Amino acid sequence: MSDISPSSLWSNSHIRDIFFISRVPRTIALLLAGSAMSVAGLIMQLLTQNRFVEPSLAGTTQSASLGLLIIMIFVPSASIITKMIVASLFAMAGTVLFMLILRKIVLKSALIVPLVGIMFGSVISAITIFLAMHYDLLQSLGAWIGGGDFSSVIQGRYELLWLVGLLTLFACWVADSFTVAAMGREFSTNIGLNYRRVMLMGLSVIAVVSGIIIVVVGALPFLGLIVPNLVSLMMGDNIRKTIPWVCLMGGGLVLLCDIIGRVIRYPFEIPASTILGVIGAVIFLFLLINQSRYAKS
Amino acid sequence: MQKVKHNFKQPSIKLSPKQRVGLLLMLSLLVMILFMTINLGNNLHYILIRRGYILFTMIIVAFAASIATVLFQSITNNRILTPSLMGFEALFILIQTMIVFFYNDTPSYWVFSIIKFIGESCLLVAFAVLLYRWLFSFVHFNINLILMVGIVLGTLFRSAAALLQRLLDPNEFSVLQSRMFATFTKASPELIWFSAIVIFFFGFILWRKCHLFDVLALGRNQAINLGVDYRRTVTTTLLLISILVAVSTALVGPLTFLGLMIANLAYLIAGSNQHRYILPVAFLLAMIALIGGQLILEYVLHMAGALSIVLEFIGGIFFIYLVLKRF
Repeated sequence: MSDISPSSLWSNSHIRDIFFISRVPRTIALLLAGSAMSVAGLIMQLLTQNRFVEPSLAGTTQSASLGLLIIMIFVPSASIITKMIVASLFAMAGTVLFMLILRKIVLKSALIVPLVGIMFGSVISAITIFLAMHYDLLQSLGAWIGGGDFSSVIQGRYELLWLVGLLTLFACWVADSFTVAAMGREFSTNIGLNYRRVMLMGLSVIAVVSGIIIVVVGALPFLGLIVPNLVSLMMGDNIRKTIPWVCLMGGGLVLLCDIIGRVIRYPFEIPASTILGVIGAVIFLFLLINQSRYAKS
Repeated sequence: MQKVKHNFKQPSIKLSPKQRVGLLLMLSLLVMILFMTINLGNNLHYILIRRGYILFTMIIVAFAASIATVLFQSITNNRILTPSLMGFEALFILIQTMIVFFYNDTPSYWVFSIIKFIGESCLLVAFAVLLYRWLFSFVHFNINLILMVGIVLGTLFRSAAALLQRLLDPNEFSVLQSRMFATFTKASPELIWFSAIVIFFFGFILWRKCHLFDVLALGRNQAINLGVDYRRTVTTTLLLISILVAVSTALVGPLTFLGLMIANLAYLIAGSNQHRYILPVAFLLAMIALIGGQLILEYVLHMAGALSIVLEFIGGIFFIYLVLKRF
């Protein structure tokens, strides 16, 4: 816990180790996870045509946790890659189920979609908690998911996040097709988009990103919701132009939360996700009330 | 009135509301007797007293949850809203945590002194009433927005409480965890007696105003037309509801969906729109759900202590069903 200066980094091998084994991976992990989760939220908002959804408000995160728990129960010794694959598959299944439920709703008011999503998520997490209690895994599950904790991220535990980074880049690259898909099924089919393929592509990106992030760092609540909305308030809705800002701001926000969590009670650390939960909920409330004023005027 | 009545699916068996209350009463008595007598071991005295306290706790919670939810739905004129969904319970947990945090003292509802408890309760009830009065005036016409804001407020309060609890003592994860789920077995006897007195006292006051709620349930404009002092009645009702929720939360912890399920079942089963039938039906149903649920979990499925999670699961599905049916 000593100060790091460029000269000490060069001369002192101990400080150099701390810097490259802990600090650098942690910062990269924060930036990658933050930007990927924000982009996943943005894609989800485009695909559901609703500004108020994100993976943790649509059962995706909760399904990923359920998957993680199931693999912990049946194959406790599974490698991190297996865990990640299972979590992603569950995330995918959960998201598809949510989309199917959404189709049943005739009148899609802007707020019904997230309401159903929140409840769907809470049903799935009730199953998860029940199973975890039954198999006495509640505490280790809490350590995985409730974490959002970057303090355990060191060299060797974050490398999977580069995959998330690649997926984010891929999403930026195909951003235009998501924009078109957001116009609705009929419209996008009319102008020659393979709607099903884009939908599948988007869902896979969301599921894999959520699955990996749950396994590596834990849940990051509200991030995918507030970042795209704030960016669109400031810069409008041209996705191709705003998506780099979404990445940047998502990474920055998680980094900020992590720093706050490390500073407010200094020798101890508070997980970034806890800070994010508080800040995120406040911003979400602001967005909700703001939106209703727009709707009225 | 006529129009509302037609929305009910009347069961094919014709029973008067009084007979239905009687039937439910018998059923709940049966469940209670079963709960007290099944599998009695050797240490009769100890087991009976212990079970008695658990049973009494469940009755208090059933009473508070049923009355609070039914009346909350009457004053908001909506059958999806409940105090828990609106974040009431989370608010109470947050304020309790804040008091502990700023006075640096043991949690007041763990080892508590009654006077301090009353003072704090008044404070947090006042705060809850102000906050939710403001919320209801602010977004008056869009019920979805109210619900959404309520749920997000609940999340905010829970995260803030979790944050403070982490700041409080980073080592006591288990204490923090035990408060996230409702349990019926941990309250101390003096807390149970005190809660019982408070809840039954204020519950009785509300019960006596049944006729008023029949009018309020017609909606704001109708009620004002019929000569009800709307603002005052809504505020006092919110106040009393907050007291019930505060005490019940202090006693067992948050139970999000219990009220929602039993209130909606009560509208179906009561066979009447009058609160003097709906309230007892909801109360009896809540007792049957809690005690019967505990019985089934404990003796049929051998999973004691998971009742609140099972309720959360069934309640969540029920909520989705309600929302899908409405839209």
